[in-house]
Amino acid sequence: MAKVFIYPATSLILSDLVARFGHKPLGTALSIRERIQTAGLDSPPLQMTPDDAKKGLKWAAVEVPSGVRGRMSLFGPLIDQAEAAIIVNNPDFAFGCMGCARTDELVEFLVKQKNIPILELSYPADEDEGIIFVRKVRDFLTSLGGNS
Amino acid sequence: MKEATVRIAQLSCGPEYSGVQKEIYTAAEAVGAEVFFPDLSLADIRRNFRDFGLDVKSGDLKLAIARAVALVEGAAEADAVFIASCFRCAEAAIVRNELRRYIHEHSKLPVVSYSFTERTTSGTLLTRMEALTTIARRRALLARERQTGLTMGVDSGSSTTKAVIMQDNEIIGTGWRPTTEVLNSSDEVIALALEEAGVKRDDLDAIGTTGYGRFLIGERIGADLIQEELTVNSKGAVFLADCQHGPSTVIDIGGMDNKAISVLDGIPGTFTMGGICAGASGRFLEMTAKRLGVDITELGPLAMKGMGEGVPMNSYCIVFGTQSLVNALAEGHSKEDVAAAACHSVAEQVFEQQLQEIDIKEPVVMVGGTSLIQGLVRAMGNLLQTEIVVPHHSQYIGSVGAALLSSGFVEKN
Repeated sequence: MAKVFIYPATSLILSDLVARFGHKPLGTALSIRERIQTAGLDSPPLQMTPDDAKKGLKWAAVEVPSGVRGRMSLFGPLIDQAEAAIIVNNPDFAFGCMGCARTDELVEFLVKQKNIPILELSYPADEDEGIIFVRKVRDFLTSLGGNS
Repeated sequence: MKEATVRIAQLSCGPEYSGVQKEIYTAAEAVGAEVFFPDLSLADIRRNFRDFGLDVKSGDLKLAIARAVALVEGAAEADAVFIASCFRCAEAAIVRNELRRYIHEHSKLPVVSYSFTERTTSGTLLTRMEALTTIARRRALLARERQTGLTMGVDSGSSTTKAVIMQDNEIIGTGWRPTTEVLNSSDEVIALALEEAGVKRDDLDAIGTTGYGRFLIGERIGADLIQEELTVNSKGAVFLADCQHGPSTVIDIGGMDNKAISVLDGIPGTFTMGGICAGASGRFLEMTAKRLGVDITELGPLAMKGMGEGVPMNSYCIVFGTQSLVNALAEGHSKEDVAAAACHSVAEQVFEQQLQEIDIKEPVVMVGGTSLIQGLVRAMGNLLQTEIVVPHHSQYIGSVGAALLSSGFVEKN
């Protein structure tokens, strides 16, 4: 089983595909769930506090906007753990969205720096492309040693 | 009777990830408002974003644009709009600016925008939220054009405390003192204004307070109206400058912060408040006067005689600004030139940091104590390429606005 970072990290479809093939998806749902379940914090809606933007300094300098640093405090630890990654470029809103294009750029760069197996795909425009898309994801995940 | 909750639509990118969303909720709650995110279908998000035509890449900014279109088209209902994005994000700054302009031009919704860091607190946002709710709630009161009865306005500012007594639309008494202990300073200015007006406290029909100390003083003296300075100052400015109808722009360079307000028919539409550093406020001019060995009242005439262009001066930070001041004098520049350069530097900071965030419409009215520094008014006029209007009693603007607006309570009392 490999830990597979998914991008967009909010994509439930990618998360589901990774899990179906026997791997652990590294996406936002995981980190947000941990935060929301943490007792004693009251910082709605994501239970993030100014400290999270400071934790993001590990991945982005202080001159980087606080929203990028806050997001990096969610995605950075996932990237650090990642053993493989699936990157979908120009996805539709409904597929998954991380909100900030600058964070997207940084996340993609940091993932590519890791020298791990990466599958980079364009978001499918029609059903035929969708079938090819899923097939490529399946082949990639299988090559990582997951379920066939 | 409890006032109805004001619904403020939030258009934003990043506050929840910066950990400041709770601060926004807290500031809104403190002024009886509720912040909400307009709900849109996915199809409406796509259509609104495409129709608006600003092709940004960030998803949250696309959503903010779609929500703004929904508010303007009436598909989503709100009483006011709060636009917020991360400080130092260029993409968000473009969206923030364009949305503010779009909403201001196509709707009657009051708008305030803010760029936050993770250090933003509810206290910083409070006056802005209060102004939004005041405009939404008290539109009828803000439409008041004439002062009636015998009323008093007290403005407790960071540097000075002012009081004005008005009767039948005329100023009949004024009081002015540097702010030391808030309540003592207000007692003093009230006594001065009453004495000049020749009336007693008990004769007053209504009282209004504004400025930083408004709650403390308002409670102590039993004010009928306690209101933030953004709406009060705008009202005072258009009243004194006699431009209550149509558009105008009010600039108030204060001792601690600055206000730039885009006004339509006496009611603020968009506004900014703040300043990166005291270098962009009246405080820097006070320091300049002190360093030049002149009274602050002499700084303006001195600057009018000088040519600031040859003196390098950057008051982005008050410490570096003071260094520039010392260096300029050491290099042999005249007092007049240094005074002019200091005025230009403050005007430039306000121009670059705040006036970019509102639409400048003529007439441009400068108010507050710093409007009496002619060199500063000239520098601002040069930067904006317009003739700046400084009305009579411009240093009493908050007190006049409070006295005018509180007369709305005269009949009730």
